[in-house]
Amino acid sequence: MVSASSEIPSAPAQDRLPITRKSITGDHPTWCPGCGDFAVLAVFYKVLEKLQYPHESIVTMAGIGCSSRFPYFVNTHGGHYIHGRSLPFSAAISLGRDDLHVFAFGGDGDGFSIGGNHLVHTARKNPRMTYVIMDNSVYGLTKKQTSPTSPLGFKSKTDPTGAIDQPINPMGTLVNSGATFIARSHATQINHMAQMMERAARHDGFSVVEILSECVEFFPGAFDAGNPRKGGAFSIIEERKNDGTPEDEQRHDTSDARAAYRLASLPWPGAFGVFYESHRPTKNQLEGNLISAARQKVAGKSDLQILQSSFAKLR
Amino acid sequence: MSTTASSSRATGNSSGPSSARSIHDAVIRLAGDSQDGIQTIGGFLARLAGRSDQEVMTYMTIPSTISGGPSIFQVRMGTGDILTAGDQTDLLVAFYQHSYESHVESLRPGGVLIYDSDHVKPDPEDKRFTAIGVPITSRTVESVGGATKGKGKNIFVLGLLGRIFDLDVAKLTTLIQERFGGRSEDIVRNAMLAFDSGYAYPADNIRDCFFRFDAKAQEASSGRPQVTMDGNLALTYGLIAAGVRYGAGYPITPWSSIMETLRSELPKYGGIFVQAEDELGAIAYALGFSYAGHLAVTGSSGPGLSLKMEALGWASMSEIPLLVINVQRGGPSTGLPTNVEQSDLMQAIYGSHGDAPRVVLAPKNVEDCFHVAIEAGRIAREYSTPVIILSDQVLATRIEAFDEPDLKAMMADPKPDLSDRGPEFKPFPLDRITRHAPPGSRMLGGHYPTVTGLEHDENGHPAAGPEMHVKMTAKRRDKIKAVAAALPPTTVHGDPEGDVLLVGWGSTWGSIREAANRLRADGRKVGQVHIRSLNPLPNDLEPIFRRYRQVLVAELNDEGLYGFGQLATLLRARWALPSIRSITKTDGLTFRVGEIVDGVTASLARNGNS
Repeated sequence: MVSASSEIPSAPAQDRLPITRKSITGDHPTWCPGCGDFAVLAVFYKVLEKLQYPHESIVTMAGIGCSSRFPYFVNTHGGHYIHGRSLPFSAAISLGRDDLHVFAFGGDGDGFSIGGNHLVHTARKNPRMTYVIMDNSVYGLTKKQTSPTSPLGFKSKTDPTGAIDQPINPMGTLVNSGATFIARSHATQINHMAQMMERAARHDGFSVVEILSECVEFFPGAFDAGNPRKGGAFSIIEERKNDGTPEDEQRHDTSDARAAYRLASLPWPGAFGVFYESHRPTKNQLEGNLISAARQKVAGKSDLQILQSSFAKLR
Repeated sequence: MSTTASSSRATGNSSGPSSARSIHDAVIRLAGDSQDGIQTIGGFLARLAGRSDQEVMTYMTIPSTISGGPSIFQVRMGTGDILTAGDQTDLLVAFYQHSYESHVESLRPGGVLIYDSDHVKPDPEDKRFTAIGVPITSRTVESVGGATKGKGKNIFVLGLLGRIFDLDVAKLTTLIQERFGGRSEDIVRNAMLAFDSGYAYPADNIRDCFFRFDAKAQEASSGRPQVTMDGNLALTYGLIAAGVRYGAGYPITPWSSIMETLRSELPKYGGIFVQAEDELGAIAYALGFSYAGHLAVTGSSGPGLSLKMEALGWASMSEIPLLVINVQRGGPSTGLPTNVEQSDLMQAIYGSHGDAPRVVLAPKNVEDCFHVAIEAGRIAREYSTPVIILSDQVLATRIEAFDEPDLKAMMADPKPDLSDRGPEFKPFPLDRITRHAPPGSRMLGGHYPTVTGLEHDENGHPAAGPEMHVKMTAKRRDKIKAVAAALPPTTVHGDPEGDVLLVGWGSTWGSIREAANRLRADGRKVGQVHIRSLNPLPNDLEPIFRRYRQVLVAELNDEGLYGFGQLATLLRARWALPSIRSITKTDGLTFRVGEIVDGVTASLARNGNS
């Protein structure tokens, strides 16, 4: 694609060191012992090691919350933006610089409550980036208030007699909003998380992985129903293989938004895996098309000459 | 522009209404409804003046209703110094009865009223003006055909004005063809028919009882070609010259036309302007672009700036360069969306939470909108800071002609700095000004920075200790003080000492200057200082202030609880001089020259005349 960023030279490949777990390990996490987010961090290291992007091209962004401390713990270019608004910030990094790999991290409050509007609209715009939501169904950093994914009846400091507001349906919201890769995982399922995160990173468009990540301090046991070791069921979505077999008909068609929505409506703890995956043009591509068309009309002109001709029309 | 020389009308020596004479400028007000294309003829006249090397200044009100409603356009054109759109009009064109009733009082005694005799019945007893009925509607229908339902009245009036003022018909014809040429041939033909009909209207009696441009005074005054545009467009082109290629916004009046133009212009330069989901998203996109190494812009009008405030605090904390335009309108809340006010100064300087210093600049006229954007871009880069540009509704919609800037000398390089950073690199060094390292730049020491809104140490690690917060707060404050130290010396117009120093900021520059000139012509010792850098303030103002008995700050905002406008409050806080007082008003309109003159006279009477 043609854009201003394509003119940016990348560093020569020969003097580049490989990405190792050590090279991308940042500060020691400030999370409580036992927090599910440790596993998400470990899996992210693993995925970066596998993908081997140039070190300087990886960007780790976050908003505000326990999980949003993430960028400090990863030694890459990164940013710790304001509460709920890491998505438009991250989308701009992606749009402004095609050479970068942009990852945004956040929690359920950041993504579904204060940042809900940005989640919907970023999904709609489909910029090339990955968003990982560590959903613990409680406000942890502020010490136990009801979150947008807290179940009805959850007792918190803001709902001492139990939550009364219907929780949001994360997968359903994402399907409706037009995100082009939507997956769900569980922080106790390392391999599954790694698969989902890698596929999200490789996806050309706005990819979202929601990971149920237990807050041992304020909502212990929240996700036991999805953890086989605690007697729960981790039911993985079987994706259609298009192999022509009769049983394939029963498998989930990830390009079918209605089917994805049906999966999103399953009773708790629901399904895990890829709910939806499609390949409509990214905002990066569409903006690139606008640039190509506009550049064609001013072919051969320097920036100065373009501005000069605008002024000439106003004489 | 040259200096001083107030117009003949400004000093009050107007001759009788019926004598033929040449004048140096004319104030024409067109009053109709917004769908009549009033803005179109106003724009034509302004462009014509610009192309003729005449100065031009316009004033426009557009109703905030979606379609329809009263609308006016005022053009003042001529040679010499055109500083304001004029307090009074020489010629009023009234399309409807309500236009006549609302605007007849704007005519100077002896002025000319042209009214559409198909719609308007003027007061026959009113002998203050020369009233001339022209069947504008029926003549237009006659010339163009009934199917157009009166469309083209504006062009008919343009033809009429062309005849009265002896304007350059060839140039006007070119303008009409440029404007309508892209559409069907019928439209151009109809427009020309309407124009010719207006031009052919027997208006010689009007011309004789009236005035025409002084041919001698029309001679070219400068070597550079003149360009004609409104303040929003000048600001937009200034941003492009400043190296801005990326930005984001959300629609709000009167900021929207800047984002509309950027959305279509930036792709030509390889850039992107995003229409965001809301104001918070818009500044987040802009900061993301800036973080990615591009100097980015966002903007809005009053309420939208309030919504951006949290993010603006982040920009101060994380020391990211950013340009923020605020095209002020009347507030608070939805307020007066299509009127002017300078009531966002405190919000621009002190808005957001915590101590979040930033730079605030205000352009004084349309030409300065272009230059202030370049200056803002330079400061944002050099000091790695957000810079707010305070324009307003008057500047946004006012069309002025000015010398085309030397674009070649002004174009800034838009390329991000992705050079390798050595092991000694610190994202927030205490001993020098922060230089943001965008992603893509390699950290040879192996440590990659996290840019953050948490208080941090030099390496960007969270640091909530008391000592570091003291040091970092001082770092962020001191770099803005460094901006002040590098400001050019303040210039004083008029008398260097004496009775009154008139101080202002933003779009009121022309009115204040004309008021200063008028007062000086009446024998007062008056100086004028116009402040462009509102935060930080220039350091050299105190000795200037001390040379005048009174320092009167004229601004379009409320006198507040303590009797001082927003800038006056800041100047008193900074220099604690009791001689600093306020001239304020809140009617949603820009200063008329007479209002400032009256304010000065009243203050001199009240607070001890010399």
